[in-house]
Amino acid sequence: MGKNKENLLILLQEAQNKSGYLSQELMVELAKSLNVSLSEVYGVATFYSFLSAKPQARNVIRICKSVPCYLKNSQMIIETVGNKIGIKPGETTPDDKFSFQLTNCIGACDKAPAMMINHEVYGDLNPNKIAKILKSYL
Amino acid sequence: MSEKRIVLRNCGIIDPERITTYLDRNGFKALEKAFSELTCEQVIEEIKASGLRGRGGAGFPCGLKWDLSRNAQGDEKYVICNADEGEVGTFKDRYILEGDPFTLVEAMAIAGYAIGAKRGYIYLRAEYHYLLGLLKNAINQAKEKGFLEHFDIDIREGAGAYICGEESALMDSIEGKRGEVRYRPPFPPSRGLWGKPTIINNVETLMNIPQIIFNGAYWFSQLGTEQSKGTKVFSVSGDVKSPGVYELVLGSQLKELVEDLALAKNVKMVQVGGATGRIIPHEMMDTPLTFETILGAGAITVFDESRDVIDIVCRTMEFLAEECCGKCIPGRQGTEAMVEILKRFSRGEGRQKDIRVLEELSSAMMLSSLCGLGQAAPNPVIDSLQHFRSDYDNRIRESEGG
Repeated sequence: MGKNKENLLILLQEAQNKSGYLSQELMVELAKSLNVSLSEVYGVATFYSFLSAKPQARNVIRICKSVPCYLKNSQMIIETVGNKIGIKPGETTPDDKFSFQLTNCIGACDKAPAMMINHEVYGDLNPNKIAKILKSYL
Repeated sequence: MSEKRIVLRNCGIIDPERITTYLDRNGFKALEKAFSELTCEQVIEEIKASGLRGRGGAGFPCGLKWDLSRNAQGDEKYVICNADEGEVGTFKDRYILEGDPFTLVEAMAIAGYAIGAKRGYIYLRAEYHYLLGLLKNAINQAKEKGFLEHFDIDIREGAGAYICGEESALMDSIEGKRGEVRYRPPFPPSRGLWGKPTIINNVETLMNIPQIIFNGAYWFSQLGTEQSKGTKVFSVSGDVKSPGVYELVLGSQLKELVEDLALAKNVKMVQVGGATGRIIPHEMMDTPLTFETILGAGAITVFDESRDVIDIVCRTMEFLAEECCGKCIPGRQGTEAMVEILKRFSRGEGRQKDIRVLEELSSAMMLSSLCGLGQAAPNPVIDSLQHFRSDYDNRIRESEGG
């Protein structure tokens, strides 16, 4: 991807996919090479929920917390996942296997309650199903 | 009332990975007709005459948008398909893209011909990354068959931001920036992406184009009501037995969709149009679904009698406060203040004067916010105060009594 300012978001997305997060060094480097301020790079890097300035685990779990999933007891999904991997939303497991986040509507309301792991969507969740899904990532 | 499938006519019928199955269903015939029989102006006239309006929520006349952009000065012009479907409770574009990516490609090529654009972008939300391969494949197959000789389509992926479904924020995001809303005017048809004339259409809006060109504007304009022509694809979820995607002729009643098709029982209220949509109480279920009444992008979230209105409104406002881009004060601070007050009600600490503050904030936000998010954020508050005032009053009585 060319070193143009207009490619800033694409370059950040590529770095995110490659390294799992956007380190400070990377942002400084990118600002220099695109000839933009660090604040601009940081501003874009922290605007979007799929970009992260903090290290992320190999697998990022995003559980939908929006109203349609809430009506289908997403709270139970949040608790089940939390208990299984032993961390709270916003945290990463010590073995770096899972990061755990809550997210807004992922467009899977017809299969609520739903969650994403990386780019995969899982719907019609229940505790048994969650156990199986998590196992497949171990 | 049964479904009428125009936008969804190929979904579940064609193989979304094989263009030949699309060609068997008159695929790319509309593009050929446009090229061989119609001038650019005639294509736009046809879209205007059909009465097609935008399906992303705002309902702007599609032909007029195209006309403005066709007539705007610019060495380059762009067609953008808004596939950043982030509205709470909406998944119809996902269903469309999963089932029939070819119609979208054909529609964008027709749009490019009409306004004189050589390049188009599909802005796909990050959450729909799994559709990227399918879309790329559809574009490549159309290229191989020679349908995209004068028009290139690129896909740009979002990175997780609800506000990027707002057209000016979407353009900033394609330009590599934070997805913040722009001041308008200028509007995109005159100065849009990189300052060039640009049309931005929702996935579903574009899906109507090939059939309007193929069958003629008259055919389309016979469907629907005076101001709302054609069909609408609805995403139904919440307290219903059969959640899913349904396509109905515009003007159908909310009741037909929610009770007859999605099989809801004991309905307390329905939120139509997602987080910034309208809340319709059960007594008004005979409301027709049109641009003149209620529609939005067609998100239908159903709540049964067990649900707590204030809890739902509070959660909705938390979503809006989180997803607001932060550029204007009414959007940023208004949504935050509303969350604070609504949380107070949820905790049973609501006060009479809170109602007045909510009403004042609502009018300030509607009048002074920079974009649709802030302007429409008060909708659930206003509607719930109007239709479920006793729920608020009861909470106040409880908190004052306790």
